[in-house]
Amino acid sequence: MSMATQQTRALGKLAVSPSVFALFMWMIVPLAMTIYFSFLRYNLLDPNPICSLLSPDALLDAENRCLAGITNYSYFLTDPAFFKAMGNSLKLVGWVLVISVVGGTLLALLLDQAFYGRGFVRIMMIAPFLVMPTVSALVWKNMMMNPVSGFLAYLFKLVGLQPIDWFAHAPMTAVVLMVAWQWVPFATLILLTSLQSLDEEQKEAAEMDGTPPLSYFFYIVLPHLIRPMTVVILIETIFLLNIFAEIYVTGTAGRAGNLPFLVYQYGLIANDIGGASAGGIIAVILANIVAVFLMRMIGKNLDT
Amino acid sequence: MARTVSTRRKLIVTAIAWAIGLLIFFPILWTILTSFKTEGEAIALPPKFLFFDWTLENYGVVQERSDYLKFAMNSIMLALGSTFFALVIAIPSAWAMAFAPGRRTKDLLMWMLSTKMMPPVGALLPIYLIFRDFGLLDTRGGIITVLMLLNLPILIWMLYTYFKEIPGEILEASRMDGASLGKELLYVLTPMAIPGIASTLLLNIILAWNEAFWTLALTTKDAAPLTQFIASYSSPEGLFWAKLSAASTMAIAPILVLGWFAQKQLVRGLTFGAVK
Amino acid sequence: MKPVFTGVLGAFMFAALASTAIAETKLTIATVNNGDMIRMQGLTDDFTKANPDISLEWVTLEENVLREKVTTDIAAKGGQFDVLTIGTYEVPIWGKKGWLVPLTEVDDPADLLPAIAGGLTVDGKLMAAPFYGESSMVMYRTDLMDKAGLKMPDAPTWEFIGQAARAMTDKAAEVYGVCLRGKAGWGENMAFLTAASNSFGARWFDENWKPQFDQPEWKATLDYYLSLMADAGPPGASSNGFNENLALFNSGKCGMWIDATVAASFVTGKESTVADKVGFALAPDNGLGKRGNWLWAWSLAIPAGTQKNEAAQKFVSWATSKHYTELVAEKEGWANVPPGTRTSLYANAEYAKVPFAKMTLDSINSADPTNPSVKPVPYVGVQFVAIPEFAGIATTVGQIFSAALAGEKTADEALAEAQTAATREMTKAGYIK
Repeated sequence: MSMATQQTRALGKLAVSPSVFALFMWMIVPLAMTIYFSFLRYNLLDPNPICSLLSPDALLDAENRCLAGITNYSYFLTDPAFFKAMGNSLKLVGWVLVISVVGGTLLALLLDQAFYGRGFVRIMMIAPFLVMPTVSALVWKNMMMNPVSGFLAYLFKLVGLQPIDWFAHAPMTAVVLMVAWQWVPFATLILLTSLQSLDEEQKEAAEMDGTPPLSYFFYIVLPHLIRPMTVVILIETIFLLNIFAEIYVTGTAGRAGNLPFLVYQYGLIANDIGGASAGGIIAVILANIVAVFLMRMIGKNLDT
Repeated sequence: MARTVSTRRKLIVTAIAWAIGLLIFFPILWTILTSFKTEGEAIALPPKFLFFDWTLENYGVVQERSDYLKFAMNSIMLALGSTFFALVIAIPSAWAMAFAPGRRTKDLLMWMLSTKMMPPVGALLPIYLIFRDFGLLDTRGGIITVLMLLNLPILIWMLYTYFKEIPGEILEASRMDGASLGKELLYVLTPMAIPGIASTLLLNIILAWNEAFWTLALTTKDAAPLTQFIASYSSPEGLFWAKLSAASTMAIAPILVLGWFAQKQLVRGLTFGAVK
Repeated sequence: MKPVFTGVLGAFMFAALASTAIAETKLTIATVNNGDMIRMQGLTDDFTKANPDISLEWVTLEENVLREKVTTDIAAKGGQFDVLTIGTYEVPIWGKKGWLVPLTEVDDPADLLPAIAGGLTVDGKLMAAPFYGESSMVMYRTDLMDKAGLKMPDAPTWEFIGQAARAMTDKAAEVYGVCLRGKAGWGENMAFLTAASNSFGARWFDENWKPQFDQPEWKATLDYYLSLMADAGPPGASSNGFNENLALFNSGKCGMWIDATVAASFVTGKESTVADKVGFALAPDNGLGKRGNWLWAWSLAIPAGTQKNEAAQKFVSWATSKHYTELVAEKEGWANVPPGTRTSLYANAEYAKVPFAKMTLDSINSADPTNPSVKPVPYVGVQFVAIPEFAGIATTVGQIFSAALAGEKTADEALAEAQTAATREMTKAGYIK
């Protein structure tokens, strides 16, 4: 149904150009600077950069910073924390995606039913997504998961169990739980919207035919939901790859730290801008690889 | 054509739904309750739900210590400002991609989404230096620009999928009537796309309100939003749970209220092209 | 249109003139969100009344966020702040780089406690004025000690502490003999462990900047810490920082707590259920000549290149003056006065009545940042090493040691990992050739 005439095409290009221009600048300028910094030995606090990474007569840039070659990259990649961080990044994304798609579908099915006080329940289920990640992390860490005075500890003790020390023994689980709590509502919203567009007539026909509910679900509802699930997966992946607040607030960086957090450690704790820049570039490359995989797997579902 | 559901079934579903809803909402509920307790009661076990000394002292302390209104106003301005400017750019772009697609439109869309792949902290110093050189540090304009650029890809994508559902013939008809692009966008497209635009708007407000990296890094006091307000309560010395709860409640309340009023809109608008 | 136009123009001119008439200097102060700083914000009327041409704007943040913002700002010359709150870690590093303005109007500089003033002086010039100083000491429950039939000496040994802790522990009753920091962070668990290691004869680096985690002294420190916490520590210790332990102590769950001297005012204050049962002792030692206490001072400094130097100097001098101390004492009592900065404070008869005053002073005086450890070291700093790379390395090592406390690795594994990590970073930074 292409109605794009020559003139419309030209107009179209014009209309798109502001956003393309803006995003291009937003991407390219910091990216270029980051790439440049990643090849420098640049620590915010160093009195005099000691050019020991190369020979004594190493090249210096305009501000007397030592050019470091690829040393920043090699140090970042050989950091024992790197593979762990990358693994944690992928684990976090993977688990939260699974929980939010499955959980979101179930909740959406529930909310699609008729019952009393639907508006209230709906806002209660959506609320976690509306909370600031920092606030959410603080609340979970202090008031829910604290092993001595937290609410979960209380519940455990109530049934006679030993409270779990979440951040010591199950840090990854704790972080996944906190992040999933915030993103399941998002998935629920999108899946619910899609459910509500399911043809009434189809529903009635199925009922009149006496289709068992499970078949109805698998053969009619699920295919209809594939498209919004794809959307959920795509958007969530973008955000989940860069989860930061939960790990920062709970102090689980050592065991549940992901890639962005490692970059943060290099950049804002160690003040090693060169290293952090290299880490940032590596993270971008990895994220793009993940994106390519995603698109391969589910991209076809987005075709309109 | 409503399907009639038996009352018995409705009641069962009601019970299940409320139980699950309360379970999910519980941490927030608990925070709000704790904000009315004294510090001692806040960490007391077993936890008390209703029968404790209700007090407003935490809100008083928080209000005294930090200027909540200033932070809230900044949050509001940042959220609304970035949303407005983002929509101004995003609507034409989404229009172009939906109604005048080229061969590269899909790739363009994917590229836009990929700009969100870099962990923000990797680009912190470059952006900081640019802001410093242009005098944008701690200005509302500066941070609005950043927030707008952060969320632009998602907005464009949402609008694009929504626009694609709109029958092209109506737009063609208006063009044949001699309407210019601007008029076409404003008077024909926008009214038809209100639900999609509204929920995109809401989503952006939520995302901008909760953005906690750039807002902390690029603002100091004039443009500092509620995310910085929370950062002053997160881990001081001494007991702080009740005060933190009060501060948290104050920080999330506006968005929760907005969500309550706009929930129908949110649910209706996030179709992503799944409406047949 | 014309009358409207002239009207608007007139309004603008009036506004412009009006604002120049009140030439007011606005100081932006970056500060940490602890009790003393918050108290100061409530007392600023005293300053603004005496200096009507200066107005103050506060930016209060949690310690880590504050440190990041201030460091980025000063290193990238963002110029966002006029007065900074920084610690004894940053001052030597930034002072050497010429990032700070020497202070000229400090009230009676000779009165400042020598240990602290020494940590804030670079090339003979005072670069920051201490707002509050702290060391660390033992806070213990007198009733639980009595129950265990033990008496706490003023200067206990680590061996005694271990014995007392195990004697006071009653896990079924949720009473834990000792609560110590375990949360990962260079200012969290590593502050405690580094300070403690000094008293075990350990050090971070030898004279050639080689990390010393593979040496017997660090092994002794870590072994002691892990076994003590396993026997007598609370659950979840590996996420416990200052606040968590404070909450535990105040609700009666700790027999002893070794932490910052400033905690003393909290554990004897109105939010503590055990306020009248607390005793104090010096941080423990092993008889090697150094005790396990640390030294820290939050100080006010002025970034170089500021346009508001005069006003900033006035403010810094007010905030750290004897007059300010008296102001707090008058309004909130002597126990709430910012501690650990001036000799005159401790000579004051009124302040001497505060139960923890003497112990705090003794603790501060026994810490020596220029000679923190038994063996010679190439650095300054008691519970930190005043080099830029320390924050990064100590964060990693803190995570490793916290994981060991959580039971994820043995002491030996942790020490080996720490040694590798530290050596890597020091080589990368060029200290080790």
